[in-house]
Amino acid sequence: MNSEHAIITDQLTKSFGSFTAVDHISFEVKRGEIFGFLGANGAGKTTAMRMLCGLSKPTSGSATIAGFDIYKDTEKIKTKIGYMSQKFSLYEDLTVKENIRFFGGIYGLSNKALKLQTNKLIDTLGLESQSGKLVASLPLGWKQKLAFSVAVIHEPSIVFLDEPTGGVDPITRRQFWDLIYEAAQRGITIFVTTHYMDEAEYCDRVSMMVDGKIAALDSPEKLKLKYNVESMDDVFYHLARAAKRGE
Amino acid sequence: MKQFMIFVKKEFKHVFRDSKTLLMLFGLPIVQIVLFGFALSNEIKSADVLICDHANNNYSHEIIHKISASKSFEVKRVTTDHSEIEEAFKQGSAKIAIVIPSDIEDQIFHSTHGSLQVISDASDPNTASTLTSYISNIIMDYKQTLNAGNSPPMQVVPEIRMLYNPTLKGATNFVPGVISLVLLLVCVLMTSVSIVKEKESGSMEILLVSPMNPFTVIISKAVPYFFLSLINLTVILIMSVVLLDMPLNGSIFLLYFESSILILCALSLGLLISNSTDSQQAAMLISLMGMLIPTMLLTGFLFPLENMPLPLQYFANILPSKWYFIIVKSIMIKGLGISAIYKETLILIGMTVLLLFISIRKFKIRLS
Amino acid sequence: MKDIIVENICKSFPKEHIQALDDINIEVEKGELFGLIGPDGAGKTTLFRILTTLLLADSGSAIVNGSDVVKDYKAIRRKVGYMPGKFSLYQDLSVEENLSFFATIFNTSIKENYDLIKDIYEHIEPFKNRRAGALSGGMKQKLALCCALIHRPEVLFLDEPTTGVDTVSRKEFWDMLKRLKMEGITIIVSTPYMDEANLCERIALMQKGKILSVNTPTHIKSSFPDPLFAIKTEHMIKLLADLRAIPEIKSVHSFGEYHHITLNEPSENELQLLHQTLANDKHEAIDIKKIEPEIEDCFIQLMSN
Repeated sequence: MNSEHAIITDQLTKSFGSFTAVDHISFEVKRGEIFGFLGANGAGKTTAMRMLCGLSKPTSGSATIAGFDIYKDTEKIKTKIGYMSQKFSLYEDLTVKENIRFFGGIYGLSNKALKLQTNKLIDTLGLESQSGKLVASLPLGWKQKLAFSVAVIHEPSIVFLDEPTGGVDPITRRQFWDLIYEAAQRGITIFVTTHYMDEAEYCDRVSMMVDGKIAALDSPEKLKLKYNVESMDDVFYHLARAAKRGE
Repeated sequence: MKQFMIFVKKEFKHVFRDSKTLLMLFGLPIVQIVLFGFALSNEIKSADVLICDHANNNYSHEIIHKISASKSFEVKRVTTDHSEIEEAFKQGSAKIAIVIPSDIEDQIFHSTHGSLQVISDASDPNTASTLTSYISNIIMDYKQTLNAGNSPPMQVVPEIRMLYNPTLKGATNFVPGVISLVLLLVCVLMTSVSIVKEKESGSMEILLVSPMNPFTVIISKAVPYFFLSLINLTVILIMSVVLLDMPLNGSIFLLYFESSILILCALSLGLLISNSTDSQQAAMLISLMGMLIPTMLLTGFLFPLENMPLPLQYFANILPSKWYFIIVKSIMIKGLGISAIYKETLILIGMTVLLLFISIRKFKIRLS
Repeated sequence: MKDIIVENICKSFPKEHIQALDDINIEVEKGELFGLIGPDGAGKTTLFRILTTLLLADSGSAIVNGSDVVKDYKAIRRKVGYMPGKFSLYQDLSVEENLSFFATIFNTSIKENYDLIKDIYEHIEPFKNRRAGALSGGMKQKLALCCALIHRPEVLFLDEPTTGVDTVSRKEFWDMLKRLKMEGITIIVSTPYMDEANLCERIALMQKGKILSVNTPTHIKSSFPDPLFAIKTEHMIKLLADLRAIPEIKSVHSFGEYHHITLNEPSENELQLLHQTLANDKHEAIDIKKIEPEIEDCFIQLMSN
């Protein structure tokens, strides 16, 4: 296992018939890095992320996730990653505690570890008074924070976050990023997509997908320098405007 | 009027562009007819018979010949060993066994009460009793022909005629059942799902916030399914007449009129369901659980209603399909006119008016 | 002239224990481009539904284009255009079929008001025979806007039209709204993206069913109570933690490249001290500058109160 890199892809491609959704992408993500995965609608972000999580088989190319091959070891990959999306994260009709126990159980935590983690998690999130309440009754921001904590409950090597802060208020959004920083400092690699360009600035490195290819990949500073613009928003606009497909 | 027309056009496009809906709409009746017509018939064909012949003379041979000539039976084996009977039942190689006594000749000519033994495998009681009565008929028939010349001993022979359905074909019972099942299913399920779909996609909000009268929206939703159901009815009727030799003795016009009432009734029910639910799955589940199962079980075409516990019989009265089933049977098989079924028709109309009234009253001009 | 008047509107959903709207008061001028800015759960959609006559408020009153939303709901339904947040058109109908359907529903034809939608429709016209389900997100949004505009409404309600849409399409969309405004249509648009606030003439900041502030974006920004500073060093994550530990700092929030801070007693001297403290904490390339607040700064400040 290469301990330097959490994700390595080489010429990774996915086609649906004559349509190449992801077109020979090659990149590496270092361990403990916060990696922003940006792109316009329909650029192929979701398809690429599905392949990296072992949910869909690539058409060609290769990739290793946490040291495991995405063709052969999809089951092992799944034990090494956490996943959280904007759409589904927690069971609304279970309580906070039940959700934590359930997801911890799925990831094979022992009973003792589960108990310890549950208490720790409820404590750090300040959810003591809410732990017996149904998740449905929590505000969106709390749900998202809880969902993130649950996604990393088994201390995965990598956590994939698909637009985790969509529609969340500005304060909670920042609290959410505090959680991301903490996880990154524990050595968890963060792979995140977002529509908020200020969040792109919080990433160590950012990749920009355009028409199934990676059009740019660097730290936010260097990207801004390279395109001679003020903000990541302008970088995005500059690159995505060149997109031909999708429209 | 223009609004109404474009809405109806749109509904037809939805139906014809979705292969799943089309399959449901037209595949369902065909599958039902084929399934009930050929696979699930309660007629008995070629039941295996074991004959234990202790007489072994001309008369016993003649009886065996008569039995094997019947379409209902197939003589598997003739033996003299009594113990084979039980063995054959255990192995399932025979459904029914007949023991012909050694004095069969004597019995035919001189006895008033014969004792030819018929043993049947009653683990399936319906089949067993049907087979037994078939056998009795054959033997009785034979006895009569033999005695024809002589002056017969005093006896009363019941002569059974199966009116309207002399050959006891299953189709006459289930085709009316399938018609009501399909009409109900298509109308209730399709309307409720298609309305709820608009709620889910948000287009219902736009339709409500438009100059279009909410009532027009509902009528436009129902009209396409009304016509599709009539087409469906025609498909089933043609199939059952051509493929299953189903009689159509009464007025076709009357049949379509009564069917239109049932369709309206089902459409109102679908509308009612769509009013009280917001997800397609829920609408589908309610339609299936609430309509399909009671209609299958309590209409009377699969299981006779008379044999059911009283509460269930009462409950069956609120099912439109029960009344429609009676109506269709009367028209198609008995060839009766409106005067014979006005009571059922009125009940059906009453149900329809009530449901339509409730569903229109409950229709929301706002979101909640 | 006021085109929308909302007075003391309250709405709760007892089943879900939610007070969706809590005493809302808003006035929108005729021809104004008005923004409702707030996160999910702020009550934007509920307010839209009340104004478009789809929901009844528990209390309070609202008038849209001179008609009462309860009594004259039929009149309102004739003259407003509405694009719901989750609206996804008829996926199995083509672009043209969708448009002509909605045109007919609104008692008009594509031809009659073509000049109004021409600029927008031209983007999607090459695909007019394509099913709506096969369009990209940006194109769907343009088609939905055309459908909402086809009857030349007096007031246009757009519920989160840019959510989940990428930056490029969002910019295009706002350009379209500016052009529509010139046609004299009153536009009310909701969005969770704070940066879009600057594109509206006036905005209402909403949070948990309450209005935090209603005014022009410039006015809201200028009423930010404290001087605001942006600060940047080599190590931003550590900086965030260090800044939080300094008692003289009133608030600290990360804002992309910089962190934004306010001080308890802002002065040149305090800034010097701050610089010194950070240098002692081994921060390098310390960059502190005074900045003008953004809408998001104001929103956070108002939320924290």
